[in-house]
Amino acid sequence: MKIDPELIALVAGVIALLVLSSVITCILIRRAGGAPSPALLNLRSRVRAWWGMVAVFGVMVALGRNALFGMYLLLSFLALREYITLSPTPRADHRTLSWVFFVILPLHYLFAWAPWYGMFTIFIPVYAFVFIPVRSAMAGDVDRFLERTARIQWGVLTCIYFLSHLPMLLYLPIPGYADQNAKLLFFVVLVTQMSDVFQYVFGKLAGRRKIAPNVSPGKTWEGLIGGGLSAVALGTALWWTTPFAPFPAAMMSLVLVIAGFLGGLVMSAVKRSVGVKDWGKGIPGHGGILDRLDSLLFAAPVFFHLTGFYFGTNMAAASRPPQWLESVFRLGM
Amino acid sequence: MKRDLLAWCVRVFTGARLSSDPDGKDTTRVYYANHSSHLDFVVIWAALPSRLRERVRPVAAADYWSRGAVRRWLAQRVFRAVLIPRERIKPSDDPIGKMAAVLEQGNDLIFFPEGARSPDGHVGDFHSGLHALALKHPHSALIPVYLENLNRILPKGEFMLVPVMGNATFGPPCEGPRDGESRRDFLRRARSALLELSSHPPETCGTPPHL
Repeated sequence: MKIDPELIALVAGVIALLVLSSVITCILIRRAGGAPSPALLNLRSRVRAWWGMVAVFGVMVALGRNALFGMYLLLSFLALREYITLSPTPRADHRTLSWVFFVILPLHYLFAWAPWYGMFTIFIPVYAFVFIPVRSAMAGDVDRFLERTARIQWGVLTCIYFLSHLPMLLYLPIPGYADQNAKLLFFVVLVTQMSDVFQYVFGKLAGRRKIAPNVSPGKTWEGLIGGGLSAVALGTALWWTTPFAPFPAAMMSLVLVIAGFLGGLVMSAVKRSVGVKDWGKGIPGHGGILDRLDSLLFAAPVFFHLTGFYFGTNMAAASRPPQWLESVFRLGM
Repeated sequence: MKRDLLAWCVRVFTGARLSSDPDGKDTTRVYYANHSSHLDFVVIWAALPSRLRERVRPVAAADYWSRGAVRRWLAQRVFRAVLIPRERIKPSDDPIGKMAAVLEQGNDLIFFPEGARSPDGHVGDFHSGLHALALKHPHSALIPVYLENLNRILPKGEFMLVPVMGNATFGPPCEGPRDGESRRDFLRRARSALLELSSHPPETCGTPPHL
């Protein structure tokens, strides 16, 4: 297997960045002497967790398509699990949820991985969203029925449907970019996550005016503008790894920054509405897995479709399933 | 080894973690917990460090756990359950004596003082068994374990799981029956020691979760 040298350069760059942040954290803690502040200790566990996340992501990218789909299947599962754990669901929703976790989630990823693009785009918005309220209604409990249905559908939409657009980037046919799509996935994840990191740094250093104190007290205009511009600069500087020229690369980075910010904001509002600060304890320093993925949830589908639109991508070829999958679903008819 | 592997699988699947360390004293212990799912004792068993897991034995219903080869194998070989009949108890059965004998041998117990699984997560009143056991074997530490969300993973009457994250919180030992304390007062005190471990605000704890 030949690994793309540009991909290696990207990974090397990220590792250099991690080394730099570890060194800076170390110096800050050394300078604080015997009693580093909780914010510094949190910074240290965040950087450590980043090493782990980059290692896992890097290995999966190197292993290729199947490993990446497997990883996102697992991430969807873990994210949805965090979401459902914190959203009170009554007994009547039990069987609906079993179906969601053990049938809808794997089927959707099967359609994505196959790939059966036509089914990938409609399976959740049509079939799953018809099924969910029907199954809950059959359970016979009408108490807050609409709210319960919406709650489950929201989780399925964000944690499964939206997130699965990230590995789907591997299939996006782009002229002159065949077999290089892993870099595009890397680009999206890198720019969106670095936008979060830059916003965090600028917010800590210069944050004054809060954007939405009730929803997400950590988000400030200074953080958003300083961090967002830095992320756009990073994305523009990496234009050579993408199918975009420098200016479109800057625009697409801006899309990622804005969609990422809004995803984080909305998921934060969801968190507050159920009365918690973090989605879980899965990643030390960061909170839950969903706390790390929240900015990617909106960015992934928006980036996917805008990129497809920009290159006039025709997905019609993949709107029918591969032969083997079609014969399974036709039941010989 | 086989048990450690199974315990690891249970921890991964239910997300059950030890939220606080059980007290380090080396007396025998009675872990008593709220009961809402068949998974309850499995989760406590899995959350314990392996040193303690090796000596713990769950108290389980004989009528349920001796039916069928698989359940019998699980109860006897894997979890080494202390099986107690629930119906038509004869004085000669002496369930409390049986449990005390297990403690006497240096093993710990997992005990559900509500007697049966709660259908909705509400923690019901305690039956007298915990009181009788505490009197019969006063040297054992009574350790409350509050189990959260397990009735959402596998509620009573369901066979399909929903993989939400559970939690087992171990509390400080609850003092045994005091001089002159009535049975009812002791059971009530033991129950509130358990409910205090809930992460819900105290006014809603022990009542079914609202949407």
